[in-house]
Amino acid sequence: MTNPNGRFGVHGGQYIPETLMNAVNELEQAYNRYKNDPQFCSELETLFNEYANRPSRLYYAENMTKDLGGAKIYLKREDLNHTGAHKINNVLGQALLAKKMGKKRLIAETGAGQHGVATATAAALMGMECVVFMGEEDTKRQALNVYRMKLLGADVIPVTSGTATLKDAVSEAMREWTKRIDDTHYCLGSVMGPHPFPTIVRDFQAVISKEIRQQMLEKEGRLPDAVIACVGGGSNAIGSFYHFIEDKQVKLIGCEAAGRGVDTFETAATITTGKLGIFHGMKSYFCQDDMGQIAPVYSISAGLDYPGVGPEHAWLYDTGRAEYTAITDDEAVEAFEYLSKTEGIIPAIESAHAIAYAMKLAPTLGRDKIIAVTVSGRGDKDCAAIARYKGENIYD
Amino acid sequence: MTKINQAFANGKAFIPFITCGDPDLRTTAEVVRAAAANGADLIELGIPFSDPTAEGPVIQGANIRALKGGVNTDKVFGLVRELRRDITIPMVFMTYANVVFSYGSDRFIRTCAEVGIDGLVLPDIPFEEKEEFIEYCHKYDVALISLIAPTSENRIGMIAKEAEGFIYIVSSLGVTGTRNKIGTDISSIVSVIRENTDIPCAVGFGISTPQQAHDMAAVSDGAIVGSAIIRIIEQYGKNSAPYVGEYVRSMKEAL
Repeated sequence: MTNPNGRFGVHGGQYIPETLMNAVNELEQAYNRYKNDPQFCSELETLFNEYANRPSRLYYAENMTKDLGGAKIYLKREDLNHTGAHKINNVLGQALLAKKMGKKRLIAETGAGQHGVATATAAALMGMECVVFMGEEDTKRQALNVYRMKLLGADVIPVTSGTATLKDAVSEAMREWTKRIDDTHYCLGSVMGPHPFPTIVRDFQAVISKEIRQQMLEKEGRLPDAVIACVGGGSNAIGSFYHFIEDKQVKLIGCEAAGRGVDTFETAATITTGKLGIFHGMKSYFCQDDMGQIAPVYSISAGLDYPGVGPEHAWLYDTGRAEYTAITDDEAVEAFEYLSKTEGIIPAIESAHAIAYAMKLAPTLGRDKIIAVTVSGRGDKDCAAIARYKGENIYD
Repeated sequence: MTKINQAFANGKAFIPFITCGDPDLRTTAEVVRAAAANGADLIELGIPFSDPTAEGPVIQGANIRALKGGVNTDKVFGLVRELRRDITIPMVFMTYANVVFSYGSDRFIRTCAEVGIDGLVLPDIPFEEKEEFIEYCHKYDVALISLIAPTSENRIGMIAKEAEGFIYIVSSLGVTGTRNKIGTDISSIVSVIRENTDIPCAVGFGISTPQQAHDMAAVSDGAIVGSAIIRIIEQYGKNSAPYVGEYVRSMKEAL
C-alpha cells in the first residue's frame, strides 16, 4: 500500500528540512527493526491490555438503534481507554519505540489536549521528559487538559504564532525537534506529517479495527456494513478503517468538521473544501487560498481544527475506497447531547461528529444492516465548552 | 554554468535575505537596491508563507507583516520584474514548497526564469523530494539550491554530488534567527562537500555580526544573513533602506 518513501498514491512523502532527514530515517529504521520484533510486540500488547485497558468494548447501542429505527448501531468504546481517548494507542507504541531508540525526551503537539495528556502519561510511565506544544487558543478551550498534563509532569508551552491552534502547535513542535534531535523523539499525534509517521501512527491505531473485526464476528457472525469515525488528521479513523480496507463490502465513512458550514470560511472540512498541497511534511489535501497560503480553519472541536488531513485518507478518498462527509458544529453538539441522553455516554465533541453522521445514516438503512461507530474519546473535557455554546455561563 | 557563479567571483559572497513585502513592496525594492549598491553579491528574496516552519520568530514576524500587507506571489513576481531593470546581481527566491506547488510548479518556475530569478531555496524540499520540482528547474534553467545541515553527516556527499547553483550550509540546529555562538564544525562539512563538487557553499542561520560572517566565510565561500536584516526592517519600517545598506557594507567589508 505504501512505497518506501511513504507514498499513498500521490500523497505522503517527506517534505521536511534537511536538518530532520536523518532523524526520520533513524526513526524509520528503528520502526522497521521493532515492528515485528516479538519482544517489542509483546511489551506493547501488555501495555495496551494491562495499562490502557484494551481491548476496548464494542457496545451494542440498543436505545439509539431503537430510537433511530434502522441499522443496528455498535459503538467502539475508545473513550474507555486509559486517558479517555484512542490517542493512548499511538503514544504507547511511539514511547516504547523511542525508549528502545535511547531517546530520553518526548515532545508533542496537541489540539484538544488528548494527545498531549496521553504523551504526558506515557512519559510519566516510562520515566521520560515531556514537553507539549498547544495553541494558546486551545489552552483556553481545554484548560482542564492543560492542568492534567502539568500534573503528569509535562511542560506545556502555549503557542501564540499563527492562529494559535493545532496547526501552529505542530509547526512549533517541528521547530523544537530541529533544535534538539539527539535525545528527543517527536511523538506526532496523528496519521500526518512526514513519512514514516503516517504509517507508524496508523499501525499503532490499527488495533481499533482489528478489535472491531473480531468483536463483530463474535457478536454478529459477520462484518459491519459501515464503519464511521471522525477525521481531523485522521488517526482514529484510519485505525477504525484499516483492517476493513480489503473488505470492499464494508463502507468506510470519515466525518470532517464543517464548523459553521462548508460554504463558510469557518470550517475545517479539508477533503470537502481543500485542495492538493504540501505542508507539515506531507503532500495531501489542505484548506488554503489561491496562492497556497494555509487557511485559518475553524471547528468547535479543538481536535478536528486542523487544515490538513493524513495522506492515507487523501488516497482512500481519491480511490473512492472511503467517503468523507462534513458535520457542522450544530449537528455535532446535537449528537453530543443525544448520545448522552440516549445511551448515558458523553462522547468527545470530536467523536460526536461521527455520532451525528450515524444518526443520519442509520434510519436510511434496514434493520438487517449493521454500523460501527468509533467513539474516539470521552466528553468530560468538552462539557464546559458545550455548556457555554448552549448559552450557559459555566467555566471549568 | 549558472549566473549564480557571478556572486562568488568577487571574493567571499555576502548574501542578504529580505522578506518581500515587509512592510511593503516599495520598501523591499529600496532595500534590495541599497543592499546591491553596498556590496551584496546575491539577494535571497523571501516569498511570504502563512506557516514558515523553518523560521524563528523574527522572520515569522516578517512573513505575517507581509501577508497582512496584501503581498502575494504575483505581486512578488512584479517586484522582481521591476528590480531587474537595474539590478544585475543574481537573485534567488526562498519560500516554501506549497507556494510553488499551488501556483503550478511549471508556471511558477517558468515565471521565475522570465522575471530573472536564478534559483530557488525551498527549506521543506530535502534531497528525497526534489523530484517534485527539479524537472521544471532544468527546463527553465533555475537552480534548485540544496541545503546541508549539521545533522546531514552521511548525506553530505549524496546531496553535494547533485547540487546546483550554490550549496546552502545550515550553520546550526533549529530555526532561523541570530545566535551568539555557532558551534558546528563548518570546515569539516565543507571538506566533504569539496570531495564531491566544485560549486560554491555559503553558510546561513544564526549569523548577525561582522565577526561571525567573517568566520563563516573564512571556511566557506560566503555568508547568508536574514534575521539580523529583518530586525533592521522591523525597527525602521519604510525608512529601512539606508540602514540596511550600511549594515550590508559593514558585513561585506568584514568578509
